[in-house]
Amino acid sequence: MTELTKLTIAEAREKLAAKAFTATELTEAYLSAIDTANEKLNAYVAVTHDKARAMAKASDERIAKGEAGALEGIPLGIKDLFATEDVHTQASSHILDGFKPKYESTVTANLWADGAVMLGKLNMDEFAMGSSNETSYYGPVINPWRAEGSNADLVPGGSSGGSAAAVSALLCAGATATDTGGSIRQPAAFTGTVGIKPTYGRCSRWGTVAFASSLDQAGPIARDVRDAAILLKSMASVDEKDTTSVDLPVPDYEAAIGQSIKGMKIGIPREYRLDGMPEEIEALWKQGIDWMRDAGAEIVDISLPHTKYALPAYYIVAPAEASSNLARYDGVRYGLRVPGKDIADMYEQTRAAGFGREVKRRIMIGTYVLSAGYYDAYYLKAQKVRTLIKRDFEQVFDQGVDAILTPATPSAAFGIADQEMASDPVKMYLNDIFTVTVNMAGLPGIAVPAGLDAKGLPLGLQLIGKPFEEETLFRTAHVIEQAAGRFAPNKWW
Amino acid sequence: MTLIDTRTPDPKRFISGATGDWEIIVGMEIHAQVTSEAKLFSGASTTFGAAPNANVSLVDAAMPGMLPVINEVCVKQAIRTGLGLKAQINLRSVFDRKNYFYPDLPQGYQISQFKQPIVGEGKVTVSVGPAKDGSFEEIEVGIERLHLEQDAGKSMHDQHPTMSYVDLNRSGVALMEIVSKPDIRSADEAKAFLTKLRTILRYLGTCDGNMDEGSMRADVNVSVRRPGGEFGTRCEIKNVNSVRFVGQAIESEARRQIAILEDGGSIDQETRLFDPAKGETRSMRSKEEAHDYRYFPDPDLVPLEFDQAYVDALAADLTELPDEKKARFIEAFGLSEYDASVLIAEKATADFFEKVAKGRDGKAAANWVINDLLGALNKAGQGIDETPVSADQLGAIIDLIKNGTISGKIAKDLFEIVFTEGGDPVAIVDERGMKQVTDTGAIEKAVDEVIASNPEKVEQAKAKPTLAGWFVGQVMKATGGKANPQAVNALVKEKLGIDD
Repeated sequence: MTELTKLTIAEAREKLAAKAFTATELTEAYLSAIDTANEKLNAYVAVTHDKARAMAKASDERIAKGEAGALEGIPLGIKDLFATEDVHTQASSHILDGFKPKYESTVTANLWADGAVMLGKLNMDEFAMGSSNETSYYGPVINPWRAEGSNADLVPGGSSGGSAAAVSALLCAGATATDTGGSIRQPAAFTGTVGIKPTYGRCSRWGTVAFASSLDQAGPIARDVRDAAILLKSMASVDEKDTTSVDLPVPDYEAAIGQSIKGMKIGIPREYRLDGMPEEIEALWKQGIDWMRDAGAEIVDISLPHTKYALPAYYIVAPAEASSNLARYDGVRYGLRVPGKDIADMYEQTRAAGFGREVKRRIMIGTYVLSAGYYDAYYLKAQKVRTLIKRDFEQVFDQGVDAILTPATPSAAFGIADQEMASDPVKMYLNDIFTVTVNMAGLPGIAVPAGLDAKGLPLGLQLIGKPFEEETLFRTAHVIEQAAGRFAPNKWW
Repeated sequence: MTLIDTRTPDPKRFISGATGDWEIIVGMEIHAQVTSEAKLFSGASTTFGAAPNANVSLVDAAMPGMLPVINEVCVKQAIRTGLGLKAQINLRSVFDRKNYFYPDLPQGYQISQFKQPIVGEGKVTVSVGPAKDGSFEEIEVGIERLHLEQDAGKSMHDQHPTMSYVDLNRSGVALMEIVSKPDIRSADEAKAFLTKLRTILRYLGTCDGNMDEGSMRADVNVSVRRPGGEFGTRCEIKNVNSVRFVGQAIESEARRQIAILEDGGSIDQETRLFDPAKGETRSMRSKEEAHDYRYFPDPDLVPLEFDQAYVDALAADLTELPDEKKARFIEAFGLSEYDASVLIAEKATADFFEKVAKGRDGKAAANWVINDLLGALNKAGQGIDETPVSADQLGAIIDLIKNGTISGKIAKDLFEIVFTEGGDPVAIVDERGMKQVTDTGAIEKAVDEVIASNPEKVEQAKAKPTLAGWFVGQVMKATGGKANPQAVNALVKEKLGIDD
């Protein structure tokens, strides 16, 4: 049965349709893989065996009747940030203890409507705040990848670390994830998987626990570019319940795969060449440029002059929104409540016990930057920077650039409980240096595996596109995938 | 906002303290619940009086991942109100979050409009009076802004020995906060302003104005100063829920501040509450305790934008406003300012009057509506919408006087019958023999009888012609008031030989 878990979504879809095996068999294969591996990898915070079996059975019935949907019988893992009806939904936080919503997020509802099967809820950084999946109340996720000759545990990246690890370790056929500053692309890069953050407004945010509303966007993490395209097609939709979602038809992303990139203009931003950037990253980037050129694309040097302000501005805007978004976790209506001597004491006790260190840090930062007397200097200025970053991209695209190629991360996966990162939060924040500009500008960005570093750990490249031109990203990323090949960890778990 | 003094100090509004005269300065913030079926950002019902937590959606309860969606009905209501306040309508406005913790505020923030409200500056003309001589004075109160915001839920502290209960039915209901400029100079003006504002909102159908149900409440900013001097430090009296209390709160707060100032003290800027039982205000929180609300634009909502055509369409459909109606009533029906003011105070009354006045004498219609109908309704504790006498019925009564079928005196009796028993006035007059006697033969007979049985009075009348009135009265009495008074008068004079 384990062979079944090796199939991509596209392959499994074909074989299910051909009745080579049943959705139930496929689901059982994944459930059994999870049951074996999860103790070691900690990718899932809840496994929904019964629900998965019931959904698979329903899929088999629809397949039998010839009523199969686009994702019929495909077993998926769902990031714990998405509300799933009657199922554990806690954003991997203690403060949402026992919370099982009576509603289903629009993104997951779209997937189930297309016939997908839910395997369970995936671990993540608490409230999606983190770049290593170490801030989860449910403990860190372990990266299925290890450096050659080492048994040391590595982080899978974050915040969608559970999603990336589960996809990489074949514990689901694909996974939902979310990206506020790089939370899809960075873990994808750290695990040799493909992750796309679509344009802001492409997927509905309704029913997804909010971190920073103006930046949050759902997207898939998948084994390859085609699977990412298949998943995004199902996840994306306009939604009258989310007025920031955009009413544009969702294209057949899969059709873009394999299309030539000949004559496309690929921009290489000089500001992304950082001082002290590892040579391996530099080499990878150059390799990516060569692959693009070899495929007939025109390579142009571009400038995105406000790039260096993106990360500091992001760490003002995102915490500001988060400080307000997380105010609802007050112990009054749901989740954790720690009794207090009066209402203020109850709030303080509950929030002190319910939120982890990183979440508290960001609430404090956000509260500070919105405070009277500081608003103009921080929040307002950060919003102005955001406008400038957006304009940088617009100007480049106006010059005819179709997509921008950058490294996905400044390094490969690092160790669990890395001392340097733990002692200096800013070091951790630097993980998002290449990805955060994309969120600030609301653009689509894809991370695709492009090679291994000297220790045998995966590295990714990022492609950034124009608003709602995800097809360009699938086309270009597929070229890299074709050239670089695919990467899988050696099973040790 | 910059404070601009638009009024000239007027000694008749001063209140005198121990050390001289003081002038009261008042500005108001009125929270008016928008008349709409559903809440501002959720589809939940706004029905008053539902069981606790019956009207609560996932959005109102701030469940994780929920998002607000603007209710267009509320937007239209705010625009209509802005038009009614002769105010600037902003084609682009922004919703902000006002952050604070309270159990009846599930999101931990209220969605409001801070820097860019939907409605800007406007004005309300307020008629203050009548004074002892019956005159009215018109003042203009500037409107600073109107914005849309969510109401909070309700905390109930008396349901459990140690816990509080929360009812979220009101949570998310749309409110319009209407902010006046500090243009009000007395408690009477404040009451008149609030009453006028309520009239305008009711005309527009944008707020039902029921203060006892909490649909309208006022925060009153009060300060005092020496006449014409610099504005003093203000105190804000929160959540005053009747027109009368607004007056009382201002009076008592002004007195409190004057007493402090005359004692050589100074006013602390603070938020106060009015205690209707004691008739005084008490401190709620000081400026130092004031919240830092950390306003910022709500990232869940795109800016609210519409074009001028959208506003124009609403303006074209706007109902006639009280000021316009009053002017028209004075002009078209020849009414006095006072009568017109009374009639337009409630739109239903004005509509009723217009129905009665249609094709009839406007003044007569106004007299009947104001003196008889409103008087009777008031006595019965009923509103115009509960009137047992319809406009058609009242019109029929007026017609019966006009065509001479009944006298004005009989008409009062007829009105009483219609008010208490109902029925068609024409039929009642017929059935109960209330018709005025215009048959001169019958009148003559009655006059003859009265003259014949009062020979002494006849003699007296010849010397003193004014006594003719006594004979007229006797004839009217004898005919049960049905005789035509003019005909009786003429005949009496003729028979007594009195010249006109």
